[in-house]
Amino acid sequence: MKFAVLVFPGSNCDIDCYKAVEDTIGQSVDYVWHTTTDLSAYDAILVPGGFSYGDYLRCGAIAQFANVMNEVKKAAEAGKYILGICNGFQILTEAGLLPGALIRNNGLKFVCQQEQLEVVNNNTAFTNQYSQGEMINIPIAHGEGNYYCDDATLAELKANNQIVFRYAGDTNPNGSIENIAGIRNKAGNVVGMMPHPERAVDQLMGSEDGKRMFTSILNAWREQHGAAVNG
Amino acid sequence: MKATVYVTIKQNVLDPQGTAVQGALHTLGFSEVEKVRIGKYLEVELDTTDRAEAETRIKAMCEKLFANTVVEDFRFELEG
Repeated sequence: MKFAVLVFPGSNCDIDCYKAVEDTIGQSVDYVWHTTTDLSAYDAILVPGGFSYGDYLRCGAIAQFANVMNEVKKAAEAGKYILGICNGFQILTEAGLLPGALIRNNGLKFVCQQEQLEVVNNNTAFTNQYSQGEMINIPIAHGEGNYYCDDATLAELKANNQIVFRYAGDTNPNGSIENIAGIRNKAGNVVGMMPHPERAVDQLMGSEDGKRMFTSILNAWREQHGAAVNG
Repeated sequence: MKATVYVTIKQNVLDPQGTAVQGALHTLGFSEVEKVRIGKYLEVELDTTDRAEAETRIKAMCEKLFANTVVEDFRFELEG
């Protein structure tokens, strides 16, 4: 299985994503610069965190028009796996690949801490190795992670089981509606989340709960391609 | 031709920045301040004299890039 980690000017979690793929599932992974015009070689695309284009104008506003994003849209239509983390989530919403928007945290702070998340939907290519309702420990680090969408969109997200992660209990760190931490598109092959699973892949990092997102993707890909599953 | 573009947060969307500034104004003694909303102001110079064309183009720029219409509204003025 081949992974691409997109790199925009200002991305800063690209190396973490790359290492997470190497360390958790040992699959082939490449850094792909934002000017690239062909992603056809890849099965999964990771849109990493950071401050693409300095977050100028709005988070993800300029990155959504980078050349590579046309290819990401094609890949999304082709059913390839796309995971946007933090700034990557913001870019995917700006690009219209996921509904809603991420606005400023409601608590005046850039929040950088471990968070308990509830796995709301484990029936996705990104979460199949978790149990439904499982509580997992994944860090967040953002100033604009307050998920917003209108009532009609929220009703649609719920009706289609598109909410993938919620901040547990009453720990909502940023004001997101319905404690939403991560969502998927209708087809299920595009997920965006503010927490950073790539920063939770070893106990030395405080948690290894993020590891199973990567094993989930590999598992889903193998099932889709009839390849042997060997752990 | 010059376009002046205003991008504002939709009324039904929270503006944490505006709320913080309102709090600061209260601290400074401006107790009459009931609400603060913060938006963006853009000045855009266009190489055209065709007003209708400029209007169409600026509207497209607003919808595509200047504003995220999920959470923001926009309006603009043209002069020259």
